[in-house]
Amino acid sequence: MSVFQCPECGYRFDEEVGDTHEGYKPGTKFHTLPDDFACPDCAVRFKEDFVEA
Amino acid sequence: MVMKGYTAVSADGEAILYEDRKRWLWALSLLYPLQPLLGIWLHYLTGVEAWLLLPLLTGYLIAPLMDWVLGEDQNNPPDAVVIQLDRDRYYRILTYIVVPLHFIALIGAAWWAGTQELSAWALVGLAIVTGLTSGLGINTGHELGHKKSRFERTLAKIVLAVPAYGHFWIEHNRGHHRDVSTPEDPASARMGESIYRFATREIPGAFRRAWAIEKERLTRREKPTWSTDNQILQSMALTLILQCTLLLLFGWKMIPFLLLHNAFAWWQLTSANYVEHYGLLRRKDENGRYERCQPHHSWNSNHIYSNLVLFHLQRHSDHHAHPLRRYQSLRHFDDLPTLPSGYFGVYLIAYVPWLWFRIMDPRLLALPHVRGDLDKVNIEPGQRSKILEKYASTASA
Repeated sequence: MSVFQCPECGYRFDEEVGDTHEGYKPGTKFHTLPDDFACPDCAVRFKEDFVEA
Repeated sequence: MVMKGYTAVSADGEAILYEDRKRWLWALSLLYPLQPLLGIWLHYLTGVEAWLLLPLLTGYLIAPLMDWVLGEDQNNPPDAVVIQLDRDRYYRILTYIVVPLHFIALIGAAWWAGTQELSAWALVGLAIVTGLTSGLGINTGHELGHKKSRFERTLAKIVLAVPAYGHFWIEHNRGHHRDVSTPEDPASARMGESIYRFATREIPGAFRRAWAIEKERLTRREKPTWSTDNQILQSMALTLILQCTLLLLFGWKMIPFLLLHNAFAWWQLTSANYVEHYGLLRRKDENGRYERCQPHHSWNSNHIYSNLVLFHLQRHSDHHAHPLRRYQSLRHFDDLPTLPSGYFGVYLIAYVPWLWFRIMDPRLLALPHVRGDLDKVNIEPGQRSKILEKYASTASA
């Protein structure tokens, strides 16, 4: 399980926890997120911009 | 006045001391929502109904005049102190206090409209100025809705309930910031598009986008769209309670009063959206994706007075670069697309489309990244041939 971070605002997607508010269940792998996934907090960085923390 | 200093060490090891010269002036934010009440008080004292229109005067005459007199402020917090400045609770507390003030302003104005024997024009006028004031509430909702904390997001939903615009923070954060300065964005104006045509695209388009975004989120959560988890409906439920209560308390006059109030609050946002990205266009790369939003994809103004009224909204390029950055830390940069005045002055220009096109179209085409190249401009499709004919010759200049 890994954590991916938005380089702009620091939002963290922890695969173990998911993001239930956004509808991503615990255990959701980052690579399975939709291709057009935008950072839920700032929306100006996208899936390909995220960096593994 | 005692200044508060922030000290830090810059990247090259230099000691920095920064004082925010606007620190205490930001407290004026607490006065703007109360303008309709000041007008009511003066009407009460003098019996002259025209005083009810006072916020029209402060918004459309005094604000542009103050921008002209006080001019610009290019004072910037150095990068090294931004984190400290963001953490200073004073600034955010102001945005919290403004929230109940917007409720007080609407309820107070509705009470006056519903209980006094006002002439028809005074009733209409009071509704309009209260709406313009609630438009500032959308601006406060904008500042709060961009933050990560649940508390601030809840306050955003609450303040956006006043002008019945609860979908705004979802639409703005998740839609507008993603799509800004592209033909797909209903909240970015196109060259050759008048503000009136823009309003008919922006108001419904923004609502549809917000609804689609929230629906998608709820579907992922396996919840129905029409549920208490729908964040748009949460804010709108509060609107319904507030405005129905006013209707019950103050009678039928509240129907035109609230409709006008809501419409003019929305109109304030439409005006801001119209001027913020007029004609600006992000390039598409070879994969069909738009380039990241750059500083030259927003129009800016450094006019001190209107920036104080609008929580630095006019430092718009930095806002789009760093959407979560707090208002006190937004920065000015040289060589950005710049509006001829603060928002309140340019709104007046925008309301006269031929004048707007005459002033802004050459300004747009003269931008260093455009240089007359119409392929680099977001053009209203219906106006394309007319604009090409008029400006094609400037492309090679």
